[in-house]
Amino acid sequence: MTQVLAISFSLNGKTIVVDVPAHMLLIDLIRDRLGLRGTKRSCDMEVCGACTVLLDGGPISSCTTLAVDVDRREVTTIEGVTPPDGLSPIQEAFVLHGGLQCGFCTPGFIMAVTALFKTTPHPTDAEIRHYLDGNLCRCTGYTKIFEAVKSLAGRQDAA
Amino acid sequence: MLPSPFQFERPSTIADAVRAVGDSGDGMFYAGGTELLLALKMRVIRADRLIDIKGIPGLDCIAVNDINEIEIGARCTHRKISDDSVIREHVPALASLCAEVANIRVRNIGTIGGNLCFGEPHADPPTMLAALNARLVLEGSRGTREIPADDFIRSEMETVREPDELLRVIVFPRPAGPVTYRRFKHGERPSVNVAMAWSLNAGGSTIRSARVRVGALGSRPQPLAAVEDALRNVVVAEARRAIETALPAALDQLEVNADRHGGADYKRHIAGVLLLRNADEAVIAGGSWLK
Repeated sequence: MTQVLAISFSLNGKTIVVDVPAHMLLIDLIRDRLGLRGTKRSCDMEVCGACTVLLDGGPISSCTTLAVDVDRREVTTIEGVTPPDGLSPIQEAFVLHGGLQCGFCTPGFIMAVTALFKTTPHPTDAEIRHYLDGNLCRCTGYTKIFEAVKSLAGRQDAA
Repeated sequence: MLPSPFQFERPSTIADAVRAVGDSGDGMFYAGGTELLLALKMRVIRADRLIDIKGIPGLDCIAVNDINEIEIGARCTHRKISDDSVIREHVPALASLCAEVANIRVRNIGTIGGNLCFGEPHADPPTMLAALNARLVLEGSRGTREIPADDFIRSEMETVREPDELLRVIVFPRPAGPVTYRRFKHGERPSVNVAMAWSLNAGGSTIRSARVRVGALGSRPQPLAAVEDALRNVVVAEARRAIETALPAALDQLEVNADRHGGADYKRHIAGVLLLRNADEAVIAGGSWLK
């Protein structure tokens, strides 16, 4: 028999109370049960970063996280960092620098960059490359992504 | 992919966790899940019960104990270890290693204990901890036991840990000389890695003893005993020459699996290159490690 647990957590600032099977993955809760489709499933093995969300501000792979593990914690998805009108400064920088092509990896990159600027408002080039090492872009547009992130380094509104 | 259904329990003490997991092998301890959930999703292993140890206090502490040993709680994430002031001061090579495991998401959640218990041959920490002469402290239904890091991994994906033994803490003497680590990788995991720890004399000019471990080549980290012998009581400045003399025969002794990471001769060659680079770094660091 499938064990069901009641969890309560903050999703993009809103309290969610939901019953989930013990073996449910966070990405399935977010996308299928709660209808937020910005988080992408791609490699499904913690390698590509497309499914990156923030748990208490730190990046995690939602494809390989149990939904029960976000109980009483804060989850932020791409929808949570996107203003109701327009784009966030990080998103704007990606547009301005052409930091996206097909766009499938972009939500994961935006979440990783959001986490980076929380802990490191003035990242060096090496710190940017090291932090984003685990986000893959199969259009291989890394240079533009790097330039977008570099343009944000030290900007007050990026963090 | 979705794991098969399992029961989920959240004990708050080690004793309750050990009781809950049972000794039949159908229950498993769970913390970061970065290795375990992948395997459950791919259905290469099966668990009827996951025992979440994240609610047990004290498993994520890092400290120098009263006999000058460093203790790392098994539930410490790679990120916590890489950021920790004690580790950065006393074993910076371990901090750097943990800062390079997998990617930022795995480091944020994955634990050193999970990494060790998984027994994956292509892993960073086992090689380093063996070079540091670490002991792994297990708590089980039949009491506590300590296993040297060298003896913990039995073979690929297999350790000496019983199903109802919880890895609580990793303990090793505070290094008395430079510790160095290098790896070569072209995918997610290291293809070859080499860790070396020197104990220097009081003046910092002579190597009293050295521990050298090569990992990811075979099923578990292996010592380079001939190199260790060659380094005993050698002046630091002569270390590279001593290693070069002993190296060819020492590399021939290694058990090497030819796999998708490379052929056996190639991996032996890489191990030698990494070791000599470690030696150069250790010579430069020299006695500056002594406090």
